Parts: sequence; structure tokens; C-alpha cells
Amino acid sequence: MLRFATWKLASVLALVAAAILLVMPSFLPAETVDTLAAKLPGFIPLRQIVLGLDLQGGAYMLMQVDDASVIKSQAEALRDDVRQKMRDGKIALSGGIVTQPRGVLVRIADPAERQKAYELLQSMSQPIGGPLAGGNGRSLEVTQTDAGVQLTLTDAAIADKVRHAVTQSIEVLNRRINAMGTKETVIQQQGVNRVLIEVPGLQDTTKLKEIIGQTAKLDFQLVADPGDPPNEVETLPMQKGGGTIQVQKRIMVDGEDLVDAQQSFDQQTGEPDVTFRFNLRGGQKFGQVTSENVGRPFAIVLDGKVISAPVIRSPITGGTGQITGNFTLDEASSLAILLRAGALPAKLTVVEERTVGPGLGQDSIDAGKRAAYVGGILVIIYMIATYGIFGIFADLALAVHILLIFASMVLLGATLTLPGIAGIVFTIGMAVDSNVLIYERIREESHLGRSVISALDAGFKRAFATIVDSNVTMFVAALILYLFGSGAVRGFAVSLGLGIITSIVTAVTMTRMMIALWYRRVRPSRLPI
Amino acid sequence: MKLLRLAPENTKFGFMRFRRVSYPLSATLSIISVLLFLFVGMNFGIDFAGGTQVDMRAKSGEAHIAEIRAKAESLGLGPVEVQQIGSNSDVLLKLNVQPGGDAGQQTAIAKLREAFANDYEFRSVDAVGPTVSAELVQSGTLGVVVAIIAVLTYLWFRFEWQFAVGAIIGTMHDLLLTVGFFCVTQLEFNQTSIAAILTIVGYSLNETVVVLDRIREVMRKYKRLSTAEIIDMSVNAVLPRTIMTATTVFLALLALFFLGGHVIRSFSAAMIWGIFVATYSSIFICSPMLIYMGVRADAPERTKEKDADATSADTKVKA
Repeated sequence: MLRFATWKLASVLALVAAAILLVMPSFLPAETVDTLAAKLPGFIPLRQIVLGLDLQGGAYMLMQVDDASVIKSQAEALRDDVRQKMRDGKIALSGGIVTQPRGVLVRIADPAERQKAYELLQSMSQPIGGPLAGGNGRSLEVTQTDAGVQLTLTDAAIADKVRHAVTQSIEVLNRRINAMGTKETVIQQQGVNRVLIEVPGLQDTTKLKEIIGQTAKLDFQLVADPGDPPNEVETLPMQKGGGTIQVQKRIMVDGEDLVDAQQSFDQQTGEPDVTFRFNLRGGQKFGQVTSENVGRPFAIVLDGKVISAPVIRSPITGGTGQITGNFTLDEASSLAILLRAGALPAKLTVVEERTVGPGLGQDSIDAGKRAAYVGGILVIIYMIATYGIFGIFADLALAVHILLIFASMVLLGATLTLPGIAGIVFTIGMAVDSNVLIYERIREESHLGRSVISALDAGFKRAFATIVDSNVTMFVAALILYLFGSGAVRGFAVSLGLGIITSIVTAVTMTRMMIALWYRRVRPSRLPI
Repeated sequence: MKLLRLAPENTKFGFMRFRRVSYPLSATLSIISVLLFLFVGMNFGIDFAGGTQVDMRAKSGEAHIAEIRAKAESLGLGPVEVQQIGSNSDVLLKLNVQPGGDAGQQTAIAKLREAFANDYEFRSVDAVGPTVSAELVQSGTLGVVVAIIAVLTYLWFRFEWQFAVGAIIGTMHDLLLTVGFFCVTQLEFNQTSIAAILTIVGYSLNETVVVLDRIREVMRKYKRLSTAEIIDMSVNAVLPRTIMTATTVFLALLALFFLGGHVIRSFSAAMIWGIFVATYSSIFICSPMLIYMGVRADAPERTKEKDADATSADTKVKA
């Protein structure tokens, strides 16, 4: 009981010193930390504790990739590919190509032609890798019916596309949100088809939703001629001022080939507009289309809505152009951001949204602090009243326990949330439990007639098994909560779990040392508890 | 210095005698809790029910609840719940889950902002769509179940199986009574409530383990005593610690309840309730179970009932 190596004492003291160093920056203003960081050598960690959005204020959004829109765009792309294939193979389509919910039907009445088409179209089905790929590991199911050739997207192909859509969406959203000029934004994948966005400091999510809610797919389509066949024409709404316009279904050029877009001003009217630039391929296509269609109106379509349909006055071969459309300055710059960042591969729906203003966040911090101070002081007083000098030892251990929770959170980069603070306050009450178990055991052993030193020894030894057993159960609860909980509740699990570990260290190791040092100095003839 | 002792020393309460009272009492309360859950139900927050919740503060002066309600109801967003929180200028506005799937919630927020943004500061906005709330219910339930299974597996390895069974009955009892507590108080049941429930489960098992640990120790030492005697002796021995720890945790939670702000008030309230229930069940529900299941530490079998009766008659109750 009385003997412990000096190095143990030294390492406990070193641990406490390190913890103080780790925690200190969190209690200094951010500017002070920045100036200190500039002066001090880099190996000294000057990290502040990460506050959750519920404490620092900000917006949290969970977006889901809309599976239906992925399937729809895949079916449309398939239709275009099939049409190209049929053209290349010089197969006459008697009934055209019908887009279906999950594929296309190529209508061919003549059996011989149908067989030819079937063989040709089968080559479009690509193998899909991965152990989870179903549908015979192909991207398409190609079947022949009396009506024609049926192409259906397999589940594996759709899952694959959704996966791609999520990763691609994250890239696009990153570019868009960075262009907004917000700091420390978190954009990451959640589950299979979700994207999580966290923007600290943001309160009104209206602007954010405008930026992330749009697919921003830009297409250039020719306005329909009266002579165009009806199944090659679609009616699209105008973006502003209501009304509709008939355009050819065929997309002549799309936004994929854009390399840049900037908000600018129309040279004649001075109105805000957007100047865009194509890459070489897009520039050539754009030049070709505009040369062949001089004098015809060319619709600029964003997400299925026509921004404007200016008449092509002369071929545009330089690869740059302007989009005008009665924009306000804000609209023009938003559009430029959207075009620069590229189109989202699918529609994203907000499935969960939480915003906290900085006022409420600060209130929560203050309330949490008050509760922690008052709770801590009550427990400290109660421990001293019950155990006297041993209570003081327990209280010192308690102080170190709280210090260690904070230090390990800083070290791990864990986020402190309001439930996290609640967890710390709870562990203030719970941490002394180990001391209570030990002290009560010491009292018992002493009542059995043991000497002071042997009672101390037995108390620590016998209580230890109980301490471990009882803390394991609590720790398991914290662990499960971490695994199954979400958001701020995880913060509670983190502080509870860390608190259980640190309390065993402090309440057992540190108190033991303190009592041993005290015993060596005082040599008491009877126990003070 | 005269030290404070909340628990009297060297007590010899005949705790096991009380099982005649505590078992019917707890059984009744548990059944009532189940019935309340089925027929009254809990006040599910938007985490689990879906919907929109806005915490608003008047930009100047007090918040006019009646006015807010009338204005919100005119927006055609279904039933509106408006309540004051904290000071006179703070209100919490709640909408049910909106039709139109996940996008429906978004329209609702936009409408609320339009209607109130001039006069009120939006301190927090939470909108949970039907997809997410369903998942939160699932993961919450799964979490509680997995936690209980995991802890019981641990107990089963560390103790005899009878102990684990005693612990599970005690824990289920605490769980049911906490559910009952939420039904009676109609405190909002949200994600932090799941945290509270799991912590109560943890605390309850923690209490139980401390008692069981002692029972096992005493059992090995006094092989001639009856189970009831052993349990009584053990519970009395750990009683000072039980009271002490319950008090320190209670003090910390009390501070949290009164000072921690409205966001975690329902959490703190549930936890305080849980501490009492867990302490009670570890002594009066879980430990007596061992008598029924006949745990013996290598001692020859005796008639348990007779033993228990003899013990309670012999024990001097100092209440």
C-alpha cells in the first residue's frame, strides 16, 4: 500500500501537466491562441476544443440523393445512347424509342431487324464488378419481345450509379460551398445515399439551400420548328415570368464541357449576366451548332427551365458566350457559382435540418458551465463533509478527472456538445463513486479490527474488483450509445465513456498515492473516516 | 472534525422481508407503465415523430403566444403547438410532420421564416423528415436492446447465470418505470431521452453489480447462512456506499436540472428519476431474485422459503 515507485508519481504529475497544457488554449480567446501559436514552436499543441454546432451555432443538413432522379437520368442517357447505336447500325426504327421508368423499349416490328438490333444492343450491357453486384453482374438486362427490344437497368447498375452520384455530389457541393466563402464546412458521406453538410456560424439556411438545392444542369437546346416531329419536341417552362416554350428534345451542347463561368455585365444594357467558357471539345460543338443554325432561337435551359432563348445572330466559335436573362446581381453570381462548380448528378432532398443561432449556443455554454460549477461544488463539499481529509483527496482526484476528460477530448479532436457537457456533469457525480467504494470498504475493514495500514490496504484491494465490474457496465452503455446515437447525443457518449476511463485512473491511482503520502507524513493511529 | 453520515452504520435491516411488498408494488407499477405507454403514450419530440420545431425570441419586448399561434395556424401547416420556454420573450413552436415527404418540411420552414423573421430571432430550427425520424426510432430501440444484451453477456461471464437473470429483471423494471415516468410527466421524448435511458440502464447495472459483487463475496465466506441472510448482510454492508453515490449523482443532476437550460431539462429529470428507481430496484427487486432462483455457494440445499422466513424473524429491524 505504502510503496510506489517514484517514477509512478512523476508520471502522474507529468500527465497532469500535459493535460493542463492541452486544455489551456480552450479557455483563452481565439486571437490569443493564434498569436501564441505564431510565437511558440510548432510541436506544442495549441488546439482548442471542438464545439458542436449546438454550442457554437451553425447549420446541419442531411441530404439524400434521390434514387428516382438517378434512375430517370440514367434512363434518359440510355435512350440517347440507344438512338446513337441504332443510327450507327443503320437499323430502321418503326416505332421509335420509348423511355420507361427503368429503361427503354426500342420498337421494331420487323423480326429480322429486331434480331439485328438485339445483337447490337446486347453489347451495351457492361459487366459490373464487386461482390454485391446482382443481376448477373451486368449493367443492363436486354430482352427481345414481340414489340421490340427491351433494355432494363439492373439493380446493381442503379446501386452503382447512386454510389457514384453521392461521391460526385460531394465534390460538386464542396466547390459550390467553398465559393460561398464559408469556413470549416464539413461535407461527408453518410450511409449509402446521404450527404451530411455542416456549416458553422451559418444561421439562415435559405441561401445555402439555394446553392445546394439546385442540380444546375445546363443544356442548350434548339427552339422547335413547326415542322419537327412531335415525339422529338418537349414543352419547357420559362424560368421567369411564367409561360412555356417548345424546344427540341435533343441536347445540342451541355454544361459538362464548361470550364469557367463568371458574373459579368452586358456590354449594351449594363445588366448583370454570366459569361461562360467551354473547353476545346465544347467550344467546337458550340461553334458547329451555332454556325449551322444562324437565325434560329437557341434555348438556354437550367434544370429543365428555360432561362432565355436568344436568336443566334452569328456563329460563336471562340468557345465563350453570355447568358442573359433579366438577372439581379445576386442571381447572376449564384448562377456563375453553380455553373463553375458543375451540375449535381442527381437531385438532393433535405431529410433533416438543424440550425442553431450563436445566441442560443452561447446560452447553452453558459448554462452548462453554471450547472457544472454548481454540481461540482456541491459534490466537493459533500465529499469533504463525509470523509474529511480523504474527501479532499477524492476532490483533488475529481478535479484531475475533469481535466483529463477535457484533455483527451482535445487530443482526440472529439466534439463537445450540450449533451456532452451534461455527460461531464453526470460523471462529476459518478467519478467519486470509486472513491466512495474504496473509503466505505476501508471503514468496514477498520471496524473488523484491522490496523490502519491493513484496513487501507484491504479497502483498496477489495474495492478494486467491484470498481472494474461496475464501470464496465457503464462503459458498455456509453459505447453502445456512441455506436447507435447520432449527432449531439454522441457527444454525451464520448464524455461519459472518457469520464469512466479517467475516473478509474484518478480515483484509484491518484487517491492511493495521496493517501500513501499522507500516511507517511502523519502516521495516524486511527483512521480519520 | 465530526463527519457527516447520511447512512446509519452497521445496519441490519431485513431488506428481504420487504419483497412481499416490493414485488407486488413494482409489478403493479410496471403494468401501469405498460398500460400508460399503450393508451396514453409518450410525448414524442420531432426526433422520433418527425416535424419542425423552431425556438424563437422576440426581437423586442415579450413574445405574444396567442398572436404567434393565430398567425402560424393561418399558414395552413396543420396543428401548431406554441409554448413559452425560459424567459417571457422565448417561445418554442412545433409543427407536425408535413405532407409531401421530406420536401414538405422545407416548405414549412420557408413559410415560418417569412411570417416571423421580422419580429422574431430564430434561435434554432430543427426539421426532421419522415425518413430520418423512422430511422432514429429504429436505431434508438436497437441501441437500448443491444446495450442490455451486451451488458448481460458480460454479467453472465463474470457471475453465475442467476445473477444475470436478477440483473435483467431489475433493469427491465427500471426501463419500464422510466417509460412510465415519460408517459405521466409528458416530458418530451427525444434523442437525449434515449441517452438518459441508456445511462439509467448503465447506472442500474452499476448498482446491481456492486450489490451482487458483495453477495458473491459473502456467500463464499459464510457458507452456512441462508441466501436471504446473505443478501441482507450484503445489502446492509454496501448501503452506506449506495446512499453516498446516489446522493453525489443526485446533487450533480440537480444542478443540471435547474441550471442546465431547457434543452436538457427533460434529460436531467429522467435521470434523477432513474437514479431513485435504480437504487430501489438493485436492493428490492434484483437481489431478492436470487432467493427464488436458489443461488448457493457450494452449500447443501435447504428449503429456501423456510429459511427466508426464519431470517426475517431473527433480524432485528432498526428503522
